[in-house]
Amino acid sequence: MNETVAKNEISSSQWQDVWDQFKTHRGALIGSIVFVIIVFGVIVGPFLWTIDATYIDIRARNSGPSLAHPLGTDQLGRDMLARMIAGGKVSISVGFTAMFLSLVLGTFIGVLAGQFKKLDGPLMRFTDLFLALPLLPLLLVMVMLFRETLSMRFGPETGTFILIVTAIGVTSWMNTARIVRADVLALKELEFVTAARSIGTKPSNIISRHILPNVLSPIMVSATLGIANAIITESALSFLGLGFPPDFPTWGRLLFDAVDYLQQYPERVFWPGLFISLTVLSVNYLGDGLRDALDPRIRGR
Amino acid sequence: MISKLIVGIVTAGLLFTQAAFAGRATDGTVKIIYWQAPSTLNPFLSGGTKDVESASMIIEPLARYNQDGEMLPFLAKEVPTVANGGVSSDLTSITWTLRDDILWSDGTPFTSADVKFTADYCMHPEGGCAQMSKFGGVTSVETMGDYKVKVTFDGPTPFPYGPFVGGESPIIQKAQFESCIGAGAQECTEANFGPIGTGPFVVTMFKTNDVIEMKANDNYRDPNKPAFAKVVFKGGGDATAAGRAVMETGEFDYAWNLQLAPDVIARMEEGGKGTPISGFGPLVERFMVNSTDPSPSLPEGERSTVKHPHPFLSDINVRKALSMAIDRALLVEIGYGKAGKLTCNVVPAPAAYASDANDSCLVQDIAGANAVLDAAGWERGSDGVRAKDGVRISILYQTSTNAVRQDFQALIKQWWSEIGVETELKNINASVFFGGDPGSPDTYQKFYADVEMYANTFNGTDPQSYLGNWVCSEIPGPDTQWQGSNVQRFCDPAYDALHKKLTQTGDLAERATIAKALNDMLMQAYSIIPLVHRGRMSAHANSLGGVVLNTWDSELWNVADWYRK
Amino acid sequence: MLTYTIRRLMFAIPTLIFISLIIFLLLELAPGDPMAEVPLTVPPEVKQKMREALGLGQPLHIRYFKWLIQFFVSEPLHILSNMTGFNLAGDAARLISWQSRSPIADIIAERIPQTLWVVGMSYVVGVLMALPLGIISAYKQYSWFDQLGTFIAMVGYSVPTFFTGVFLIVIFSVELEWFPSIYDTTLRVVDWDTFVLQFKQMVMPVFVLALYNAAQISRFMRASMLDNLNQDYVRTARAKGLKEQTVVLIHVLRNSMIPVVTVIALGVPTIFGGAIITEQVFKVNGLGQMLITAIYANDLPMVQTLTFIFAILIVLFNLIADILYGILDPRIRYE
Repeated sequence: MNETVAKNEISSSQWQDVWDQFKTHRGALIGSIVFVIIVFGVIVGPFLWTIDATYIDIRARNSGPSLAHPLGTDQLGRDMLARMIAGGKVSISVGFTAMFLSLVLGTFIGVLAGQFKKLDGPLMRFTDLFLALPLLPLLLVMVMLFRETLSMRFGPETGTFILIVTAIGVTSWMNTARIVRADVLALKELEFVTAARSIGTKPSNIISRHILPNVLSPIMVSATLGIANAIITESALSFLGLGFPPDFPTWGRLLFDAVDYLQQYPERVFWPGLFISLTVLSVNYLGDGLRDALDPRIRGR
Repeated sequence: MISKLIVGIVTAGLLFTQAAFAGRATDGTVKIIYWQAPSTLNPFLSGGTKDVESASMIIEPLARYNQDGEMLPFLAKEVPTVANGGVSSDLTSITWTLRDDILWSDGTPFTSADVKFTADYCMHPEGGCAQMSKFGGVTSVETMGDYKVKVTFDGPTPFPYGPFVGGESPIIQKAQFESCIGAGAQECTEANFGPIGTGPFVVTMFKTNDVIEMKANDNYRDPNKPAFAKVVFKGGGDATAAGRAVMETGEFDYAWNLQLAPDVIARMEEGGKGTPISGFGPLVERFMVNSTDPSPSLPEGERSTVKHPHPFLSDINVRKALSMAIDRALLVEIGYGKAGKLTCNVVPAPAAYASDANDSCLVQDIAGANAVLDAAGWERGSDGVRAKDGVRISILYQTSTNAVRQDFQALIKQWWSEIGVETELKNINASVFFGGDPGSPDTYQKFYADVEMYANTFNGTDPQSYLGNWVCSEIPGPDTQWQGSNVQRFCDPAYDALHKKLTQTGDLAERATIAKALNDMLMQAYSIIPLVHRGRMSAHANSLGGVVLNTWDSELWNVADWYRK
Repeated sequence: MLTYTIRRLMFAIPTLIFISLIIFLLLELAPGDPMAEVPLTVPPEVKQKMREALGLGQPLHIRYFKWLIQFFVSEPLHILSNMTGFNLAGDAARLISWQSRSPIADIIAERIPQTLWVVGMSYVVGVLMALPLGIISAYKQYSWFDQLGTFIAMVGYSVPTFFTGVFLIVIFSVELEWFPSIYDTTLRVVDWDTFVLQFKQMVMPVFVLALYNAAQISRFMRASMLDNLNQDYVRTARAKGLKEQTVVLIHVLRNSMIPVVTVIALGVPTIFGGAIITEQVFKVNGLGQMLITAIYANDLPMVQTLTFIFAILIVLFNLIADILYGILDPRIRYE
């Protein structure tokens, strides 16, 4: 009884430490504020800005910024602000979920392969296989096999969401797996790990206590790059008919559609481009801060 | 503009332009860009537009269509007709008389043996010839001396100009392709990449799916042509980049098929280095309205088959209302600009075949559409969607991935919502949508959707085989591996009977009347809903002269006449 | 290490054959039709004849074994014959692309120069930029250099090449007219003038790709350096009085290279895969454009062959990476 209380105290003060360290990281703080604003914006936005993102007002097409349309309208007269908000919701949720899925998969396989010699060969050959598979046909096969089943079971929107997130996750975990494995290979020969092993610590504990915290920084980098990747890949998927219905805006698609109008209406490229970059930048700084905060060596200083 | 450039058409088949030619190969290099790259120069093996048109600079047919859809003799002395005795009076054979002064680019004479060989090559059962349908109904091709060829058909053929006419049916050299006939056709890379021809240019380098270099043909029949000494034919990229390279940066002289939004084209034109040009063939962007039930709840093999009629689209009032709610003028303005025209027909051209019986569709009529649905008993539910007997009008609307088509989807979805029709949009990658893979649920032929939008056309000027697409026997289904051109599963015995009559009629005026009637039957059943009569938009540099855009044949049909201003 | 390498190489053969089978089955299963780009005006029965002429009527396993034999036996013999002038291959059928009906090996050979020039060069430039960038950023963490580097890297990675490419074209080709917007694959560098032309047409695509590669690699370099700069051995080394330069550039860098080597090794095969979007934007028409047109045209032999060569490179470079780990960190041993 006493013991568990003591443990809780220790861990809560540990989290306190982490938070204290995190707060002192200026970049991380700004990053998290920007990130929260963006997430808040896309969640609350539709209630404040009630124009429907798919509503066409053909007479107002190609108009510049005005009170009625603060970010102007597109070539069919749809309000760009509403489209940015709606697009952000999709892009951020797809970006994060897909990134998370690919990280979990990649880290899991990477750690297993690095830690257990017997699994290394088969798991890495499996990774090679996935690296070698041609992406486009693989995605087309996934649509063919799963789209209808998924949209029947979960409804068209959730079904598509699951399909997209899985497609991106399943085709992007390999780099993380190889990087994590390489780090684990080096780590497990270090003194503190061999020491832990020699006193009989269980492999699962070695992984969670000693290995995982030390491979955090490449994972964080993969996470930041993964989000950018997922947001852009989502827009590419819609060309295959794998993505959301064509009138469904996402940042990636807004950016792509605007490239043809780059010379006439540069602002149309600017907004989606800016918000994709802002999201990725804020996550990058967040990750930086989190890594520093979780690293006991830095936290001590 | 066209009439200014062309002074007269001479029976010999040559066009003289006003510019004084300094002579052959004096104008340097002309650079052409196609955003789809040619993969072979043998149009019999590929059939893709990019391949047919690039090859048309090298190999030529006996006769071509001009920009008005009229036939001009190229390698023949004249176009055979019943009047000049070239076509037999029972319409079962046609005899071509060839010009006797034509040399292949290797210096050997062009004779009737080459023409006969071309037919043998394409009609070989193992060759996989893409243009085999041009030779449909041909029973024999015989040479009659060195410069006469007789083509015999299995029955009266009112339009005997399938073989050897137009860019899809050029003549290849017997000496070069003799060993490539039949199954061997697949392995003659050297010949396929560098056919010897009679045209104005000769291939000097061919890189598949990338670039072709050509030089002027020393043995071309007109000693003053072509004006250009060299051609660079680049492929790849996208339409935007091709338009930019001609109109904004001036790197290229001619860009093909610029399917771009009108304001993007307008902005490029401001670059001042080039001019967009457009021309119209019979290409129509249309809706196909599924008359069978595509519901996923049906067992596989029964979806979208004639076994199950469509739950609400089988009501003509619904189809009619869907058509009435569309503002075609706005679609043209937003999507195609100068490269689009209003139409209410599936056969909008040539003029003789274009009906005017359906022109009420030209004006959008939302109120009228609502009235039609009200009268037919389709009541609006609490969600604003109309329903009758528990069947809601909820439409799955699919098309291929393409910026203009996605804009159309968004617009039409909104108009249909105004008449109480719910729409779900779906876009499919073009290579899957237009691919005939029977395993894929997403092909246009399988049609697992309520309506689908795409464009189709016909080659040459005769709509007979095009109208034949919609006879009952052409309905695709599991028993035909989903092959068949009656995509919307239209079936009307009266239509089939009338089409049969068309195949047996020789008189041109009467043929036009029947073709119009067939078109009207399709339109008035609202089985096909036409949206836009699409033209071809290309662009040429301001310094390039002699360009005449032709939608009935290869766009590069008169490249021999191009010159530098 | 040598026995490990040999064992891995031996094991690579069944692995690759397995991968080739999976790729083959995947391509078979994928929806698509080599006749998809033939116009709708060509009737279905003619398209069926064309498919048969391509050998599509044969059963699956026969086509797979045919491909295996052609890839591993006939094609190498044909290439050898071309090089030596002796006809070793006889009249064995070559691997033929369905789009152009020409030998796939010839097409690949045609494409390699521009792919190496543009994609390969951009990778080299990217790596050369990324390593110092990552090292300095980590050593001077949170300095203005680091902040600027982070900013550029993140923007460079998150803004897709379909945008940066067109953006550069509009500025440098349309407005300033400095560089061509369309890559000329027929250009041969023979003298100074052609070299300048070649340089001009490479600037933009190489820049776009190098930025993207450098962004990715520099982030891993920086993170890994940061991890190591805080290790005890660094303090020990400094305490021993080693020069700062030696500490950072020899000890820390060597230990930080493991994740970076992984990323670089993963990237090298992708050079061969080409850069699909960038090649399309600048009309480079290299292997990437070849692959994508082949996929759209459902040119199965071409896709299968390209992907399989890609797979060989992946297996090979991951093996090289594994060997490099052992050299960088002698404690890592494989038995």
